[in-house]
Amino acid sequence: MFESCLCNKIYKKIDEKDIKFLNEMLGCERVFTGDNISEDFCHDELNTVRAYPEVLIDVLSTEEISKIMKYACGKDIPVVVRGSGTGLVGSSVPIHGGIMLNMTKMNKILELDFDNLTLTVEPGVLLMEISKFAEDNDLFYPPDPGEISATIGGNISTNAGGMRAVKYGVTRDYVLGLELVLPNGDILEVGGKVVKDSSGYSIQDLVCGSEGTLAIITKAILKLLPLPKKTVSLLVPFPNLEAAIGTVPKIIKAKIIPTAIEFMQREVIIAAEEYLGKKFPDNSADAYLLLTFDGNSKEEIEKDYNSVAEICLQEGAYDAYITDTSERKEAVWSARKTFLEAVKASTTEMDECDVVVPRNKVAEFINFTQGLQDEFKIRIRSFGHAGDGNLHIYILRDDLDEKTWEEKLSSVFNKMYSKAELLGGLVSGEHGIGYAKKEFLSMQYGEAYMNLMLNIKMAFDPKNILNPGKICQG
Amino acid sequence: MEIIVCIKQVPETTKVQVDPKTGVLIRDGIDTKMNPYDLFALETALRLKEDYGGRVKTITMGPPQAEEIIKESFMMGADEGMIISDRKFAGADVLATAYTLSQGIRKFGDFDLIITGKQTTDGDTAQVGPEIAEYLNIPHIANVLRIMKVGEKDITVEMDMPETIEIAKVKFPCLISVEKDIFEPRLPSYKRKIATQKREIKMICLNDMEDKNEKRYGLTGSPTQVERIFPPDENLDKEIWEGSGEELAEKITDKLKELKFI
Repeated sequence: MFESCLCNKIYKKIDEKDIKFLNEMLGCERVFTGDNISEDFCHDELNTVRAYPEVLIDVLSTEEISKIMKYACGKDIPVVVRGSGTGLVGSSVPIHGGIMLNMTKMNKILELDFDNLTLTVEPGVLLMEISKFAEDNDLFYPPDPGEISATIGGNISTNAGGMRAVKYGVTRDYVLGLELVLPNGDILEVGGKVVKDSSGYSIQDLVCGSEGTLAIITKAILKLLPLPKKTVSLLVPFPNLEAAIGTVPKIIKAKIIPTAIEFMQREVIIAAEEYLGKKFPDNSADAYLLLTFDGNSKEEIEKDYNSVAEICLQEGAYDAYITDTSERKEAVWSARKTFLEAVKASTTEMDECDVVVPRNKVAEFINFTQGLQDEFKIRIRSFGHAGDGNLHIYILRDDLDEKTWEEKLSSVFNKMYSKAELLGGLVSGEHGIGYAKKEFLSMQYGEAYMNLMLNIKMAFDPKNILNPGKICQG
Repeated sequence: MEIIVCIKQVPETTKVQVDPKTGVLIRDGIDTKMNPYDLFALETALRLKEDYGGRVKTITMGPPQAEEIIKESFMMGADEGMIISDRKFAGADVLATAYTLSQGIRKFGDFDLIITGKQTTDGDTAQVGPEIAEYLNIPHIANVLRIMKVGEKDITVEMDMPETIEIAKVKFPCLISVEKDIFEPRLPSYKRKIATQKREIKMICLNDMEDKNEKRYGLTGSPTQVERIFPPDENLDKEIWEGSGEELAEKITDKLKELKFI
């Protein structure tokens, strides 16, 4: 490991003087310690990495974050930023203790600029609030990760992708500018309401996806698009997953670009039915593709979905079900959006693999993971974005004892990540590296690449106090 | 079993405008769909057909473009469809609508069972179904939550009443109005869309009816005089409470009692 990264640094523990300083600056009602810190703040959604912060602060402004960082930097206290806690790799878990900044109270939508089609927001605004606010103004914020209760700050920090990535791209494509607080407390504005930017290194692109390790996002300028007037989804049943996923490259090749192409298996649909207590419109087939089309007229969309339905039928689909009204969309998509929770509820513990592979390798990768299920006698469930090659594969513990679970999980993960690399894929499509996937990132990237990342981290954070021990640090 | 399902084309959105001069809903230029409650009626009919054989026919009253929902019913599995359309039917209230539909049904051939949805999303009266049955002089059951048994000559159903579940056995021919969620409605099929795109849809007007008396139809046949139509006020008031689970549970119970919801 790169020596000057301060990866083994011993941090100062929070003492009474620190608490007194924070209380005097912020008032004691926003500074929490000990038993007053809710258990929620010691883990994220996946709950496999756990650690409490020594002090939790509800922050309200850029200026106070700057002051906190100046203090923490001077005292060598680690700081971790947290949004809704919906992460899946432990990025926002304070593994070295220290200060946790809860950003969820910085949740104002600051400005909608109709002239430039931009939306300026504080980092704690929820994704569902952004999409609703945009739609109420006939505008569209395309990134659509399944977890709509995530904050925009968290979304930017992981470069969240979501279901519409196949047509519209990912969060980074919609971040035009950021206001940042650097680890030393300096406030910096990067990017802006501009469409083009060739002005040196793109700091906002670097911060986007950096999982809170380089700087603290305190404001974001987002790009909006005109709202497509109509959307229709097709739910296409196939005899098996191989046929379903094998159809995707043929759709792409036909130059029709749906907004989303999701794949799902019957087992996951049934888990969602049990979780929601509500029937899915069809669960007779083993595997499904769910495709969405958007546009400005019914005719335009119909032409596209007719062509895709024909391709699917040629490839062995049983039929193609049209999901065109608000009720039908709700029936299908409400289930899709609960898949993660439903799979989680069906087992005792789980871990996930969020690799991204080239789109024409999705079928091969999924087949490989199905084989692992039999080889290791462990339940594996998957669903995800067949259109952009980003897969969510969940390994379920069920009744396995701790030792067997850990051994099997490690073997399965090693095989999966090696296979993904062999196919030209990468470790994470949208959930990030955080704490949980570090070894797989360094396994794939090697020393030179990891050292470059560490150098970038040190350039932003020479004292290594901002979210230490994540992504590229041991 | 011959089943007729009554369906209606309604606006896709709840944000409908009202013409300030005439006080009538502006339907031009807005997207439409099949009344969501009718999907449950159609699904019930299609399941009965799958289990007991027979045919499912759909009927609607409306302008010629209402053929879109008849075609949609074909895409879900209906075998035959009819539109009752005439300018003289315009402005009909629930009674005139029920009378018009009952006249149309008489021209649609024999049936064992008529199924309607609970209500429509644009009228919300929930009266048309039972009134059709009255005009046809057949028994009818509303609030049907479950089909329990289908015999040679009768059907047994469970009715969801405010305080009780009632079980009723009723002889064919009869009419039932089904509750939302009796079954999860199937999605329209692309394969059926292609297979049925040229299927004929019967269109009938006043002249085709047994009763050709204009005064029984449309605005003149409607005893209801609508004084004013207006969209209800949107209530966006909200209260946010914080506290422990127990405190919040108590608070929400008190609030619901205060609002007389429980």
